[in-house]
Parts: sequence; structure tokens; C-alpha cells
Amino acid sequence: MIGLDFVYAVAGATFAAFAWLSLTDRSNPRRFGTGAFYGLIAVSFFAGDRLGDVGNGVLVLALVALGGTGAVGRGAAVSSDGAGAEWYGNRLFLPALIVPVVALAGTLLKPDWIDPKQVTLVSLTIGVLVALAVCYVWFRPTVRAPFDAGRGLMDGVGWAAVLPQMLAALGAVFALAGVGDVVGGLAARAIPDGNLFVAVLVYGLGMAGFTIVMGNAFAAFPVMTAGVGVPVLVRGMGGDPALIAAVGMLAGFCGTLLTPMAANFNLVPAVLLDLDRSAVIRAQAPTAVVLLVVNILLIYFLGFRT
Amino acid sequence: MLVRSGIAVVALGFLLRFNPLLVVAAAALVTGLAAGLEPVAVLAAFGRAFNDTRYVTIIYIVLPVVGLLERQGLQARARGLVAGMRGATVGRLLLGYMLFRQVTAALGLTSIAGHPQTVRPLVAPMAVAAAERQGFDPPACERVKAMAAGTDNIGLFFGEDIFIAIGSILLIKGTMAQYGYDITPIHLSLWAIPTAVAALLVHGARLLWLDRRA
Repeated sequence: MIGLDFVYAVAGATFAAFAWLSLTDRSNPRRFGTGAFYGLIAVSFFAGDRLGDVGNGVLVLALVALGGTGAVGRGAAVSSDGAGAEWYGNRLFLPALIVPVVALAGTLLKPDWIDPKQVTLVSLTIGVLVALAVCYVWFRPTVRAPFDAGRGLMDGVGWAAVLPQMLAALGAVFALAGVGDVVGGLAARAIPDGNLFVAVLVYGLGMAGFTIVMGNAFAAFPVMTAGVGVPVLVRGMGGDPALIAAVGMLAGFCGTLLTPMAANFNLVPAVLLDLDRSAVIRAQAPTAVVLLVVNILLIYFLGFRT
Repeated sequence: MLVRSGIAVVALGFLLRFNPLLVVAAAALVTGLAAGLEPVAVLAAFGRAFNDTRYVTIIYIVLPVVGLLERQGLQARARGLVAGMRGATVGRLLLGYMLFRQVTAALGLTSIAGHPQTVRPLVAPMAVAAAERQGFDPPACERVKAMAAGTDNIGLFFGEDIFIAIGSILLIKGTMAQYGYDITPIHLSLWAIPTAVAALLVHGARLLWLDRRA
């Protein structure tokens, strides 16, 4: 049965290719640091389960040392002359659609040779491999060409590639240290006994507020889930866990639209467009506030139907 | 109460513009020590959680396909598609882009557009050109540029969660599994749809309102 091992092997191979191409990329002034950074991610995918907890911790420290000190650089992006655009026309969108279509089909059909718990990730990975095969047959590029192009895009992401995983791990340390209990305790004290509306309000506002502090809903989500979502809303008041989790994350996204700490979404475009640094946040704020209210009402009216 | 010092480290670190990786690592260490854990125990806990959440990072396996397609002219083709919507007002233009961004993000195609790829070279200039034709003054044109960037974010955020394999959906699944709730991603995706519709209505109305100010 195909499971997560297969997915991580493909991801490890992809990052190993990025690492090798970066090491030999003379257009990148920091090619050794960049190559080492991608190489460590490849090691994490290939051997993470055999490194042990402390070993993985050391690996993270090495990633932070490289990514946090400017050792990860950026090579030249593989440019497009766009000549193929006329030649291939709108059929160019077809290979791009293979990935989501295969991922969706696998998830809905659930073939029995895929680990049912990992069906989405495995289907996505198979979709990528099919799309890559189609590209090789159709465009006849050199073997390394897709990975050269992918390396160029990866360099644009750079050290930020591991930030979501870092924030998730920070959330786990917060959970271990009881931060969720403290925040949740504060929140729980703000909730009058059995008052459903105030409980939902605290959950939604807490998700957005904590995202504003942390800069990423990924970090706020585990904390608010541990503090209010699961103990108060799901276990205490019998709410629907899927709806509360999904809409709670979207309430967090409203916070992402309001914070300068979500730099790649709010500050980078302001720089790119020669705008005042808070201009993008100001443009987004009215939509974000209204949608936060909508999300809180969605949880309140649809989350507790049983 | 001391364990909240980690939150202060994060807030201060970002405020002082340190590298976020360093800030997160420092916050983890401070939080762990404040909670009375040994440094090695903090390191182990962080390493274990990092290893357990590797699926968040697998989405980059799609980059070789996207990169090759872009080399073959995918972006030029997409630009041609958007440029086909001519004669549009600034509001309708940005609304069209928002729809495009939401629908493609919902299909998992989150990296076919973005601030460097589409907003700066394409959407913002087209929107400003339309705004100038409608008689917007220069400060209003600056606001149109900011609105173009914000529209990209809003379309992305409230479209991507409809796709079953996006990082946030996978994070929700992993977090809820820790509490014994085994939720299928498609169930989470379905509950992203009401907010996606609300985002289109609310932000779409604001975009069309831009035209009435002219």
C-alpha cells in the first residue's frame, strides 16, 4: 500500500535535486548555503523518522542557522521567452490541471492500494508525477530542465519555505509549555458559564487576534484549538469539530490580512508597488473585519445543530 | 503567566525585524525554559513537531512542473487571457481577477499568480490604466494599486482552503487528529465554501463601489 513514505521520498528527491542544482548554480552568490539548506530539507524528508527527536532538533537548528543568517541566497530565475505561448495556446493549462484533477479524483475514488489516511497527499504526489511525465513527453525538455525551473521558483521562496513548519513546531512547544492553557484559561475566564455566543466570539476574535500577534494563522490555530476550540466549543458545547476547525482557521486568515507580521502578503507587495508600508493592510481592512464577523456568525449558527 | 514570554519574544522580534526563523527558534527556547523544561527537552520537542509536520512542506514538489510550464509560456498565456478582458472598468477588472484567483486557488493552483508574478507586472498597471481613464486623481490611483495587491491576498486566502491538499487544511487535519478527531480533508474544504462566497460578495461589492466614486 502506498502511504506517506512514498510522498516523503518524492519530496526528498525533489529537494535533493534542488540542492544539487543550487550547489552548481554559479548565478547564486550563496550557492553553498542555499544547497546545504535544500539538502537538509531533503535529509529531513528521507531520514526524519530515523534521526530521533534530538537529531531532528539539531537539524532544525542547522536550518535556522543557514536561513536566519542570510546564508541562503537566490540564483537566477529560469526566464520564459513566452514563445511557446502562441504555439501551444490554451492547451498549456492542461498539464497544470492534471495535478489538482488527479488529487481530487484519488481523494474521491479512494483506490484500495492507497493508504486511506493519506489518500489526499498520495494522490497529489501521483498527480505531480503524471504531470511531470506528460511534460517530458510533450515538450521534450532535458532531464534537468524542470528541476532547473523549479529551483528558480524555490529560490524565490528561500528560507521562508520552512517557516510554516517552524511555526507549527512552535505551536507544539507552546502546547507543551501550556501557553494554550494560559491563553485558553484567559479566554475561558472571559466566557460566562454556558454562554455559547460569547464562547464563539472569544474563539473567533482570539484566532484573529493571535494571528495578528504571530503573523500566521498556522501558529494561532493549534493554540486556540487547544485553548478554546476543542475543550470549550467541541467537548463542552457539542460543536461540529470539522466546521469549527475549518471556519476558525478562516477567522485566523482575517487576522493575516491585518498584520505587518505577515510580511510576504502585506509588506512585500507594498514595496513592489512603491506604496506606503501600511497601504495594502489599509486596503484590506474593511473586507477583513466584515469577513471576521461572517465567520463568527457561521460558527454560531451552523456549528451546533445537533 | 511566565510562559507567555514566548509570545512577547515573537511580537518584539517581528517588530524589530529580525529574521522570522531566528525569532521562532528564540521564542520556542524562551517558552520552554520559562515552563521549566531542560534545553535538550525543548530541542527534542521542537525537532519532533518539526518532523511530524513535514507534510506542510511537500507542496513544493509541484514547482518543477509549474516552472517548466512557465518556461513554455504559461504566464504569457495567462496574461493573454486576462488581457482579453479589455474595455473593463477598474472595479470589473479587479473583480475578474479576484474570481480568477479564487477559482484557481480552489483548484490548488496557488502559485500561478501572486504579487511578483501577476500583480506588479500585470494587474496593478491594468487597474491603474482603467482608473486613469475613469478620471481618478493620483492619490486615488495609489489606493487602486494597494487594492490590486489586497485583492490578490483576499482571493487567495478565501479560495485556497477549498483545495483539499493545501497546507492549512493539512495542518487542521493534523492538529485535530491529536485530539482524536479524524477529519477527512474534503469535509474541511466544504466548510471553506460559505466564507469564500461571502468574501466574493463583500470584497466584490467594494471593488464595484470603486467605479461609483469616479
